[in-house]
Amino acid sequence: MSNEAVLHAHSDAAAHDAHGDHHHEHHHHETFISKYVFSQDHKMIAKQFLITGMFWAVLGGLMSVLFRLQLGYPDATFPWLEDILGKWAKGGRITPEAYYALVTTHGTVLVFFVLTAGLSGTFANFLIPLQIGARDMASPFMNMLSYWFFFAASIVMISSIFVETGPFSGGWTAYPPLSALGDASPGSKTGMDLWMISMALFVVSSLLGGLNYIATVLNMRTKGMSMTRLPLTIWALFFTAVLGVLSFPVLFSGFILLIFDRNFGTSFYLSDIFISGVGALPNEGGSAILYQHLFWFLGHPEVYIILLPAMGMVSEILSVNSRKPIFGYMAMIGSMFAIAVLAFLVWAHHMFVTGLNPFLGSIFVLLTLLIAVPSAIKVFNWLTTLWRGNIRFTPGMMFAIGFVSLFISGGLTGIWLGNSALDIHLHDTYFVIAHFHIVMGVASMFGMFAGIYHWFPKMYGRYLNNSMGYIHFWVTIAGAYLIFWPMHYEGLAGMPRRYYDYSIWESFKQFAELNRFISTVAMIVFAVQLLFLFNFFYSIFKGRKVTVQNPWNANTLEWTAPIRPGHGNWVGEIPEVHRWAYDYGKDGKEFIPQTTPVGADESHH
Amino acid sequence: MTTVQTNEPQRIHPYKFTLWVGLGSIVMMFAGLTSAYVVKKNQSSWLEFDLPQVFWYSTFVILLSSVTIHLAAKAFKARDMGRYRTLITVTAALGVAFLLMQTWGFFELEAKNIALVGPKSNSAASFLFVITGLHMLHVLGGVIALLVIFARAYSVKVKSYSNLPIQLAATYWHFVDVLWIYLFIFYNWIG
Repeated sequence: MSNEAVLHAHSDAAAHDAHGDHHHEHHHHETFISKYVFSQDHKMIAKQFLITGMFWAVLGGLMSVLFRLQLGYPDATFPWLEDILGKWAKGGRITPEAYYALVTTHGTVLVFFVLTAGLSGTFANFLIPLQIGARDMASPFMNMLSYWFFFAASIVMISSIFVETGPFSGGWTAYPPLSALGDASPGSKTGMDLWMISMALFVVSSLLGGLNYIATVLNMRTKGMSMTRLPLTIWALFFTAVLGVLSFPVLFSGFILLIFDRNFGTSFYLSDIFISGVGALPNEGGSAILYQHLFWFLGHPEVYIILLPAMGMVSEILSVNSRKPIFGYMAMIGSMFAIAVLAFLVWAHHMFVTGLNPFLGSIFVLLTLLIAVPSAIKVFNWLTTLWRGNIRFTPGMMFAIGFVSLFISGGLTGIWLGNSALDIHLHDTYFVIAHFHIVMGVASMFGMFAGIYHWFPKMYGRYLNNSMGYIHFWVTIAGAYLIFWPMHYEGLAGMPRRYYDYSIWESFKQFAELNRFISTVAMIVFAVQLLFLFNFFYSIFKGRKVTVQNPWNANTLEWTAPIRPGHGNWVGEIPEVHRWAYDYGKDGKEFIPQTTPVGADESHH
Repeated sequence: MTTVQTNEPQRIHPYKFTLWVGLGSIVMMFAGLTSAYVVKKNQSSWLEFDLPQVFWYSTFVILLSSVTIHLAAKAFKARDMGRYRTLITVTAALGVAFLLMQTWGFFELEAKNIALVGPKSNSAASFLFVITGLHMLHVLGGVIALLVIFARAYSVKVKSYSNLPIQLAATYWHFVDVLWIYLFIFYNWIG
């Protein structure tokens, strides 16, 4: 099936004449609704994902500032908190219920809404058709649905913040019994119902998106674009989609059982429970660990769903801005494949202390530590791509290098946590918080920022402001290390995560000043993200205009499209591809786009 | 564009491909549920009971419906529209019959005092109910898809020559059939 047919099958509003010889101009009429709201253009859907993701990033980030306020200043009162949070901050101090609700919502929102939908939703939509040479996704209609399911999930999640008993507060992993019993805590009542509905909608959204990404990458590539000529971004987004399509359904099955336990009195996860004020429950024979297995079977691939797109974009941006081919292209693909396979085989390392059979634990230790091999290959290849490159320090490049730094720092602590013996001491401490925030949270945010700075000219036809970009980068990277580095020490000292007030614990009193320091830096870093937001929205309308088709002198196909591509991406024929995406500095030429035929006198790479 | 596309070898239609990947994700969901079933079974207080008798008949019905939809797709290809209409009608009817028989099976269990949900339920029965129920929802989805192409087949205004919809529906229908066979074998002999 041709690209044309897909584009025309469903998007009447964007249809242009495919049969005439002059199907170059968009002589159709697009209404505001069909162009900006219910758009089936993958580029507009990407922007919708991005801006919704940014909204959630601000809200989720703000939540972390609020609970850091409690952790940094446990004795202080802030009357303005009561003004904005009402009964959740009686007397200017965040209540324990609100604290847990904030922590839970921060986690859910950042992991799923920002770093899954906001990251792979944005860049898979934007880059896949443009970089493989397709006019749109395999099914633009499903693609649109994917966004609107995400939007619906967002609305439900927001509404859960405003219910009387508050949003869900049992942690982003939603372990039963807290998530299964409405009587367990205020947040387990309506808030949990809404959390579950929201997450179910979200799963549908990511499945619709993922199916489309896979079908598009495998079926819609332009002539000459063999799989081994794909830019690494596309490989990364492809593996991401595969992980999502295979792991989200398992999470969904875990949720279905949870819904039955919650609403229909079954005992999948519940057994021998006594709630004060309610009494003994009739549920018998259930196993809370079963939920953890189902959850982490998604939960661990989810980590790579978040990380792989960042890895892919960073590979591309490092190569373009080092003016050098990516080092070890096939090794990069191989290591991503290895990561994708291993992602499914390590989930129990989240459960070393649940009473898991130690022998089984040792197998999971081995498989977990194996991930260090492909990860190290990737790091090596990034560093060797930079090595002796002619580096252009654009803001996008800075964030890409920052990603590599964070991935190394955070990855090394993963080797500690992957050991089941060390995990006895380290599990559920601030060491874990530090590890996953650096390696998955901040690193992927850096990948996302790198992608935004790098592809903003393609998205909006304007540049982001560089000066603000550099301020954004330096404060964020310094801040990220200042926030999370000290947490390693706290964790090694045994400081548990998710506590409301550490100042009443003799062992953790010593960290009062350190906690205050972390909270202060968190606020500064949050403020700088607002600067980025300003830069983003200001530049959409007032940024310096892009005047050349290929501002970064890059090889990939998106830069052969018009500066502001319409629906269908290319005017006239889709370009044909003759080479891989990384011919930089070859035969004395600075760069050779993928569309340039291989010359007779050209050397082999 | 046409020149670019026609030179290429015959590829699988993207919608068909998407369906196959989607089926893969449904498989993962049921794999998750049946592995949970196995894990749970090896723990304490698992109720052993016989499957409802009617599940044997429903298995036969869904197998039969797979045959009818296969013949329907063949009839469509031969442009034998009368036969095609009859066969998809029969298929949809068999699908509804399957759903009713599964529901009957649940009542049969309840009548034998095996609670499927609620405080007295054992997770053995609850698992059967949830997994089978989820499969029924997927069959229901197939019935709805059949109703859509059924409406198209009777519409006089729109003449459709593309056999893509019936092919997609048939693939999906065979899939839910095979899925039930797997579940049936799983309940009886594996799980």
